[in-house]
Amino acid sequence: MISLSAYLILSAIVFGLGLAGIVINRKNVIILLMCVELLLLAVNTNFVAFSHYFHDIAGQVFVFFILTVAAAEAAIGLAILIVLFRGRKTIDVDKLNTLKG
Amino acid sequence: MLFETILTYPATPEIFLLGMTCIVLLADLFIKQQEKKITYWLSQFALVGTAVLVLLLYNVPSTLLFNGSFIWDKTAALMQFAIVAINFFILIYAREYIRERKIPQGEYYLLSLFSVLGMLVLVSAYSLLTLYLGLELLSLPLYAMVALQRDSTECAEAAMKYFVTGALASGMLLYGLSMFYGATQSLNITEIAQVTSNLSSGQELMLIFGLVFIIAGVVFKLGAAPFHMWVPDVYQGAPTSVTLFVGTAPKIAALAMVVRLLIEGTPALVHQWQEVLILIAVLSIALGNVVAIVQSNLKRMLSYSAIAHVGYMSLGLLAATPDGYASALFYMLAYALMSLGAFGMLVLLSKSGAEVDKIGDLRGLNTRNPWLAFMLLLVMFSMAGIPPMVGFFAKLGVLEALIGAHMVWLATFALVFAIIGAYYYLNVVKVMYFEEPEIQYPIVNRPIINVAISVNCLMVLWLGMFPSGLIDLCRAAFAM
Repeated sequence: MISLSAYLILSAIVFGLGLAGIVINRKNVIILLMCVELLLLAVNTNFVAFSHYFHDIAGQVFVFFILTVAAAEAAIGLAILIVLFRGRKTIDVDKLNTLKG
Repeated sequence: MLFETILTYPATPEIFLLGMTCIVLLADLFIKQQEKKITYWLSQFALVGTAVLVLLLYNVPSTLLFNGSFIWDKTAALMQFAIVAINFFILIYAREYIRERKIPQGEYYLLSLFSVLGMLVLVSAYSLLTLYLGLELLSLPLYAMVALQRDSTECAEAAMKYFVTGALASGMLLYGLSMFYGATQSLNITEIAQVTSNLSSGQELMLIFGLVFIIAGVVFKLGAAPFHMWVPDVYQGAPTSVTLFVGTAPKIAALAMVVRLLIEGTPALVHQWQEVLILIAVLSIALGNVVAIVQSNLKRMLSYSAIAHVGYMSLGLLAATPDGYASALFYMLAYALMSLGAFGMLVLLSKSGAEVDKIGDLRGLNTRNPWLAFMLLLVMFSMAGIPPMVGFFAKLGVLEALIGAHMVWLATFALVFAIIGAYYYLNVVKVMYFEEPEIQYPIVNRPIINVAISVNCLMVLWLGMFPSGLIDLCRAAFAM
């Protein structure tokens, strides 16, 4: 039997990777989108683990909602990405710098 | 009988708005129309209908619906009415702007309606699940709206930044929510509040850990320092009609999230979140007011002023008394009204392709259109906190609550920065009244738009002279 804390540590590591990816990444906007998915997956792991150990179904229901919303979010993110690419022919994070001050 | 049940059922406004939004969607798709007239009037009808339903329901006592995941109380009623009323004005202002710039009109109206629906759900949410769904329904249309002007690369950049920071914020918030679930074994805010009142130390550690993430997520959405990076870029990059939308109603909804999660959900952890909020308020007020001084872009200046205003609002929250919460709510409503006037004015002044977004573009506005200049003067005075505008009473209420909670040093700090902040608001007034215009021709608007902006800006003055009605409503929202 895997203990609850093992799941929590795993999800904390995945969450940290996602967070670090967003902060450190200077190359590519698609990697940002992948990191956002990682964040949500870490949260899902948390919810499922808690739900299983509490024998409470609500956490797993929450996960379904998160998955659905994440799909919608990815759709919008990719759509914005395409608009961005059409306008500037690049998706470098470093080139996103016309707005500043 | 059936009719009466419908009118007293607390979820009626949301259901009505959802139904109407779907009708608008179909009408927009299948009816051939010139300049999207039908879509526009149907959207306005949806908003007015929702507002009327909220008003009819105002005296219904507080109730929990859907197994305790949806609440109807005075806070929800007041905020919902404000959100819907503000959006009514936004659509009036935005119509001509988006038509001239060939921004897809039907999409603008529809996305704003969906976003309003999300705000209403968020305001009434009483379980973590409803709260999350409301928040996402509010944010997802906003990301799309920012990118709506497809030929502009600035818009796309702003949308991308908004999307990534927004998604990061919901990720953090969700992580915090999962910790709350882990510590309390419940998604329901009523039960979470019960559990948190007597905690074991292990649970408390977990809750505080989650609380940090939740506050980070909420602060992102509110747009306060230190998570404010997206605010200036989005305000500047988005089309002004969308900035108008992003900068007003969602702030009220974000305040609702704070109320539900911190004030009603974890009153036992008040000392923990109070400390964090002090830090956030101090940073936002200082950074917002100082950086706004050096901006030459008006939208960017107003965005830093928004950061500062959110800081002032959180002063009311961290006083942690019912009076403090009421003053924070009053501040938010007043700010939303002022910000609606300011951005609305920018939308109206941007005529025939020319964008008004530099402070210099307002030069000599008084000779071009004295009435509009006077209206903008009222709004700027109000933002600076000069009596007898509503902004003065908003600041007064917040500072009073702070002094009541024995945090005089914080009140002094806020006051000093309010005076520093007055500089850049008055600078706008100076440019309007005492500098020569570069373009001479007068500004002419359609009468209905003039009426709308006058009502909006005179409300700022009227609520400042007779604030007691709104103050009473805010107090009633937090009556214990």
